Amino acid sequence: MMARTCVIVFLAAVSLQAQVTFDRILGAEREPQNWLSYSGTLFNQRFSPLTQITPANAKNLQLQWVWQARSLEKFEATALVVDGVLYTVQAPNDVVALDAVTGRVFWTYSHQPAPDARTCCGRVNRGLAILGDTLYMGTIDAHLLAIDAKSGSLIWDTTVASSAQRYSITHSPLVVKDKVIVGTAGGDMGIRGIVAAFDTKTGKEVWRFHTIPGPGEPGNDSWSGNSWMTGGAGVWNAGAYDPETNLTFWGTGNPAPDWDGRNRLGDNLYSDSVVALDADTGKLKWHYQFTPHDELDYDSTQVPVLADVTFRGQPRKVMLWANRNGVMYVLDRKTGEFLLGKPYVKVNWMDGFDHKGRPKRVPGKIPTPEGTLIQPHVHGATNWAPPSFSPKTGWFYVAHWENSGTIVTEGLSPRPVGVNTRQTTMGQVNLQQFYNNDEEAYGVVRAYDPSTLEPKWEYRMNDITWGGVLTTASDVLFSGGKEGYFFALDARTGALLWKASVGGQVNSGPMSYSVGGRQYVTIAAGSALFAYALPQGQ
Amino acid sequence: MRSSSAVVVLVVAGLLAAGGALSAQHATAFDIEDGGRAFRNTCANCHGPDGDQVAGIDLGRGQFRRTLTDQELVGIIRNGIPNTPMPANNVSEAQAVKIVAYLRSLAESRRGVAASGNAARGKSIFDGKGSCATCHRVNGSGSRVGPDLSRIGQVRRTIELEQSLIEPAAEVLPANRSYHVTTRDGATVLGRLLNHDTFTVQMLDSKEQLRSFVKADLKEFGFAPTSMPSYRSTLDAQETADVVSYLASLKGRAKP
Repeated sequence: MMARTCVIVFLAAVSLQAQVTFDRILGAEREPQNWLSYSGTLFNQRFSPLTQITPANAKNLQLQWVWQARSLEKFEATALVVDGVLYTVQAPNDVVALDAVTGRVFWTYSHQPAPDARTCCGRVNRGLAILGDTLYMGTIDAHLLAIDAKSGSLIWDTTVASSAQRYSITHSPLVVKDKVIVGTAGGDMGIRGIVAAFDTKTGKEVWRFHTIPGPGEPGNDSWSGNSWMTGGAGVWNAGAYDPETNLTFWGTGNPAPDWDGRNRLGDNLYSDSVVALDADTGKLKWHYQFTPHDELDYDSTQVPVLADVTFRGQPRKVMLWANRNGVMYVLDRKTGEFLLGKPYVKVNWMDGFDHKGRPKRVPGKIPTPEGTLIQPHVHGATNWAPPSFSPKTGWFYVAHWENSGTIVTEGLSPRPVGVNTRQTTMGQVNLQQFYNNDEEAYGVVRAYDPSTLEPKWEYRMNDITWGGVLTTASDVLFSGGKEGYFFALDARTGALLWKASVGGQVNSGPMSYSVGGRQYVTIAAGSALFAYALPQGQ
Repeated sequence: MRSSSAVVVLVVAGLLAAGGALSAQHATAFDIEDGGRAFRNTCANCHGPDGDQVAGIDLGRGQFRRTLTDQELVGIIRNGIPNTPMPANNVSEAQAVKIVAYLRSLAESRRGVAASGNAARGKSIFDGKGSCATCHRVNGSGSRVGPDLSRIGQVRRTIELEQSLIEPAAEVLPANRSYHVTTRDGATVLGRLLNHDTFTVQMLDSKEQLRSFVKADLKEFGFAPTSMPSYRSTLDAQETADVVSYLASLKGRAKP
């Protein structure tokens, strides 16, 4: 009986191992066994329709396999799964194809980044995109590669920008129709941010959008002097796509230099913003700037989450955004209209909004030689880790943290430094000893009602978290944190259902897939990828 | 087969020693193999796998712009030649000695037939009479079941290409080995082995599907003879030369 079952499973897997068309990616919720883009769908909801794992049985989850990366870098990638084959990235830029049932390797493609490749915060990669039989990866030396998903061989290699000028790519590309779109990181090193689209077949560039307008373009006057040329506004997290408007959405990073705005007077458009670009042309349709003239390093490079919700009694197509600046937003995703904004942690740099949704700055909350207490501190209330929206509960789930710290400028040519009072360090691979008391920085997973942005429940951790959130149609939530636990919560109550000690920091988002009718959930932690499932037969 | 190759190489090394090659005189078969690897990684990009792609120089036949001792060659490999495209290379002296040993061994070996071939005719045979694309892929076209040949001219010598056509089973790289499994219900799957361990096996099957099997669930499994046919009786000498010439011309796709 078992052998026959296996045969059926193999045959099913084989018959399904087909080309990933764009229609499949657009309708990814129709094939819950797969995970076809960074956050599962182009709406970035990181929601799995699978229901085998429930609040009642999650306590029985068991480790199925572990895949160890040959890398000392943080493991930030979310895997893709296509018909039983799992694709992920070994940092910085090795693509690996694994059997999703056993974790054994089919093939590895290694990219050797140029020696001049530099990243601010780790030689990391957050994942891949797929179309047809081709995988796409951005690299830390600012190349975009197309790799054959069957054989692991290189199809094309396009240089997006100059690594010598400190451009890099760390996020998962976005496939829209016949284009693959990426943005460039390097905003802490004086780049001028780019979002660019390439032909999926040939790698030829189709359009390019600069996140900082050039001379003569609207918004260039929001930069004093020539500061626009090296103003940062990098793009280093996944974009979203709405087929109804044909718009792609991208969060942009901090203006450069990060903590000193004296030589870049003005709002510094489109730094710390979300930009809505036409997917065919790259033309800007609208933007919303979360933090005008940022001097606190509040990158807005969170993953845009698109959702259809009831807002003030009306159905509304919105974008949900928990920003690094400590404020959560609801925007109209067709127009960019500001609908609601509310601090979700202690925030002292702003105090409300004007009628257009522009934050009212609190005077003096900028770096000074004496030191200024800033809430949230430099790493933000959340950073890049992907959140989740459950259409089942209608709630927005965010892993974030409370923290504050003092920012100081010092020296003749001010160099801001962060003095950590209640701040914990950035994500690392290994577990770190932790000494904070209850009043100092801590992490939480919270569920928010998008219509009010009020929390419905919270699950608190001692230490902060760089982990993302996954929810499922059976109301199970998965997340993890810097303490090295991967856990399941009840998505309706926040109650802890199950936990596993994974021995390294969780610096990634969970995802779920199934093979042969068995649901798996994965998490990358430390240098390894872990896969869990219920015992056979449950 | 493998041991006889090693004997041949040792004999070649012995001849070199008798000829008084200073640095390479103690080269073993393994040194030469190492040198070949280093040559392909470091030198073949410009010089080609046969060492004859730079005008006036034929490393594989010991033809340089002037007569050079092994020690001088080692110096050139490591330090380059000023005011020429020959760069300095970050290789140790020991590695450079092995590269020289490999080059000396090349000079003693037979050359492929590509010189008399016509690459355009070879492509026609590849796509037509030879049915090569049934198993092989070139620049995105053809099957993935056999090795991708898009860059084969960059990594394999013409003599090796010729041998693969005439006597394909003589040397199969580990990454190109064929494997078969039989499931408990009798279904047989044949493909290219990608990976295997004590408990599982991963392959790319003949339908270009990535497959993974738990060995305990199989009735039979194991290596299979290469599915590459010999073209000894299918192609005449000129046609073989044409195909080799075509394969030697495959250097990978141009950048977008």
